[in-house]
Amino acid sequence: MIRNFDTGAAPHFPAQSTVAGVMQQVLYALLPGIIAYTWFFGPAILIQILLAVIFALLFETLMLKARKQPLKQFLGDWSAVVTAVLFALCLPPLAPWWVALVGMLFAIVVAKHLYGGLGQNMFNPAMVGYGVVLISFPQVMALWMPPTSIASHSLAIGDVFSTVFTGKLPLGLTWDMVSEATPLDAIRSSVSSGHMVSEARQSPVFGDFGGLGWEWIANLYALGGFWLLWRRIISWHVPVMMIGSVVALGLIAYLIDPGSNPVPLQHVFSGALVLGAFFIATDPVSGCTSTRGRLIFGVGVGIITLSIRRWGGYPDGVAFAVLLMNMAAPLIDRYTRPRIFGH
Amino acid sequence: MHIDQAEQARNVAEQLHHFHGGLRLHHNKKISCETPVASTPLPEHFFVPLLQQYGKEAEATVVVGQKILKGDEIGCFAHLGSGCVHAPSSGVVKAVVRRPISHPSGTDGWCIVIEPDGLDQWKELESLTDWPDADPALLRQKIRNSGIVGLGGAVFPTAFKTDEAIKRGIHTLILNGSECEPYISCDEMLMREQPDSIILGARILQQAVGATRTVIVIEEQMGAANHALKQAVKSTGDNDIEIVRVTAIYPEGGEKQLIQVLTGLEVPAGGRPSNLGLLCQNVATASAVAQAVVEGKPLIDRIITITGNGITRPRNLVARIGTPIADLVERCGGYTKDAARLVLGGPMMGYALNSDDNPVIKAANCILALTQLDIQPPQAEMPCIRCGECARVCPAVLLPQQLDWLIRNEQWIDAEDCGLFDCIECGCCDFVCPSHIPLVEWFRFGKSELRSLAVERNQAKTAKHRHEARDARLLRIKQERRQRMKEKKRAFKDDAEKQKKLTEAISRARARQGRNE
Repeated sequence: MIRNFDTGAAPHFPAQSTVAGVMQQVLYALLPGIIAYTWFFGPAILIQILLAVIFALLFETLMLKARKQPLKQFLGDWSAVVTAVLFALCLPPLAPWWVALVGMLFAIVVAKHLYGGLGQNMFNPAMVGYGVVLISFPQVMALWMPPTSIASHSLAIGDVFSTVFTGKLPLGLTWDMVSEATPLDAIRSSVSSGHMVSEARQSPVFGDFGGLGWEWIANLYALGGFWLLWRRIISWHVPVMMIGSVVALGLIAYLIDPGSNPVPLQHVFSGALVLGAFFIATDPVSGCTSTRGRLIFGVGVGIITLSIRRWGGYPDGVAFAVLLMNMAAPLIDRYTRPRIFGH
Repeated sequence: MHIDQAEQARNVAEQLHHFHGGLRLHHNKKISCETPVASTPLPEHFFVPLLQQYGKEAEATVVVGQKILKGDEIGCFAHLGSGCVHAPSSGVVKAVVRRPISHPSGTDGWCIVIEPDGLDQWKELESLTDWPDADPALLRQKIRNSGIVGLGGAVFPTAFKTDEAIKRGIHTLILNGSECEPYISCDEMLMREQPDSIILGARILQQAVGATRTVIVIEEQMGAANHALKQAVKSTGDNDIEIVRVTAIYPEGGEKQLIQVLTGLEVPAGGRPSNLGLLCQNVATASAVAQAVVEGKPLIDRIITITGNGITRPRNLVARIGTPIADLVERCGGYTKDAARLVLGGPMMGYALNSDDNPVIKAANCILALTQLDIQPPQAEMPCIRCGECARVCPAVLLPQQLDWLIRNEQWIDAEDCGLFDCIECGCCDFVCPSHIPLVEWFRFGKSELRSLAVERNQAKTAKHRHEARDARLLRIKQERRQRMKEKKRAFKDDAEKQKKLTEAISRARARQGRNE
């Protein structure tokens, strides 16, 4: 009795991992940081995440339809959700709803689908979205809140909703009363007005190393990052080189001029550095793929971030640093090809 | 090769090294190792393919209706000087037909159909019992005529390798017993059950190629094989045969990876182990050499693992080349009810067969029947997200995702520059790809496109040469003709002048005559 079989390509194994699985794990890894964020700054960030995810999925659906791509397969890859969450985590929690709309429009429609969709985008979509809103709406993007523990006026969840959706604070409150400079802002403005970093650090928004609350959020982002490293979703090269170069250069700057440069750990534990190191600069699509390329990429992001923080026009520079290095990634990859076996 | 490299190559296995990438896979070998190797009854018909290796088919050397004895040569290659095919049993040649031949491409090929007569009568065997005193060239001749090929799966003619080894000069023979693909256990069982034959083969090969040392490489977990081989070595009293255990990382059994593990050196691109003074042979090949030389038996059978969750009683069998796979599966209790895919070879590099009507070939080290649960429905292919996992696991240190991109965009020259031909098709990249891109399939496609491009280029070059030669010839003919014309004209002119002079002379003479009269 001859028996016939269906054939298939080797290797004859079930799929070991999926794109959706990778994206989901990135989201899991973000959870501790998000929880800490909510703990320190209230639930407003959750609204931003929700908004960004909704807009992202909306634009993703529209673009997939326009590009005649299978909806179920690509909506199910979770990549738009990752983009949305990373974008939202960069926003001031009280930013009005249309910030997420504009950000996601540029992230998903322009940066992702106009470049060819998943895997084809040259720039990190979340950072493109963030860069656009940061440049376009500087005032809105500066409305940061202090941690709830030191806030003089705390907003109830209903107030947060109405603020995000109407852009107006509840009666009796002004932006001056609820907003507070971020630690990086504080350092920046005090140094530029001739004060010492140590004087700036007298502000209650500072914690042990970085910003109050921020440093714990950074710790928990790092925890998620370690988990991603352990799961081999990301490699150590970019985070280690990025944080390492910031610490190394920050230390040099601090030793030369401790008055106008914060201690290096301050740099690490404030702003988006840890989030950027583990979750944004490690984006494989827009980053380098070769091992040596990743080392260079990480160093580049670190140096540019620090330069922007020190001399640039923005308090934090992770987003622009990542975008600039995205531009250099293909070139770096070309010149860091590993030596092929036997050559 | 540098002097220090040559020195390093001599220190095989003095220290173990690592190769780039690779995978740690579940062995799944136990299920087929629990019962001893068994023989297979004679099938109703043998279907011996004339194509046992890559390249051209052998030419049949028998005719339909001819009576043949076991071991008679039935097909032979005009080229490469190796890879002859021999009759697996005595009987009658019933037909020469085109049918499935267990080829990776799934195409049909010519097969010699033999109906065994049940006597299983050997031809007159010419053994070289005095091989220790034999001329190495004679030993290599014997290997060539016995149709011995690499039994690890690559079926590279052994004689070709030994001849090359002689040309380059080698010092160490490496016998590869590290079957790194999951499920396959034929080499392990051979080492356990016939260690003497392997050791004998090693000594013969050593003499045939002039090596001074043999290293047998097995995997760490092969305790029984290690013990058996050690005993066998001890009983010969040789101290130039050594057994080395290596950690099982796929694809360590690949020749180049194995050599890197043993010496820390890379076989140069486009080169062979003999560049480093090494010869690598599979343990089963060594055993086949021993049988060919000492008993005079050509390669007509091999040990093959019949395994997988789709087989009722997985085990190893001695199967003659040409036996239909269905017969082997039946010998193992048939398929389980959920068998869904039939693979020749291991799960990483083996290829799926569309029917069990395919015959056993020399390359067949394993028949793997997998269930739906083992393979699961194929996942939809997603775009590459450049995660770089493929590059991390690639033992050839390639950037598979970049190669994939270049091939899809038909950038053939760049693909070649990026090392397409250095790909060993081990499938590690496919295994880890989260986007389920059939990378190796693309690489095979790319290689074949590049090869046909090269053929086309050569044809174009030949055509150009031919055209230029034709133009030159026509020009030459034209010039020659012109030359001849010129000469003729000159000659004619000369003639005319001569004639003129003659007539003048005649008329002068006449005039003189007239005057005289």
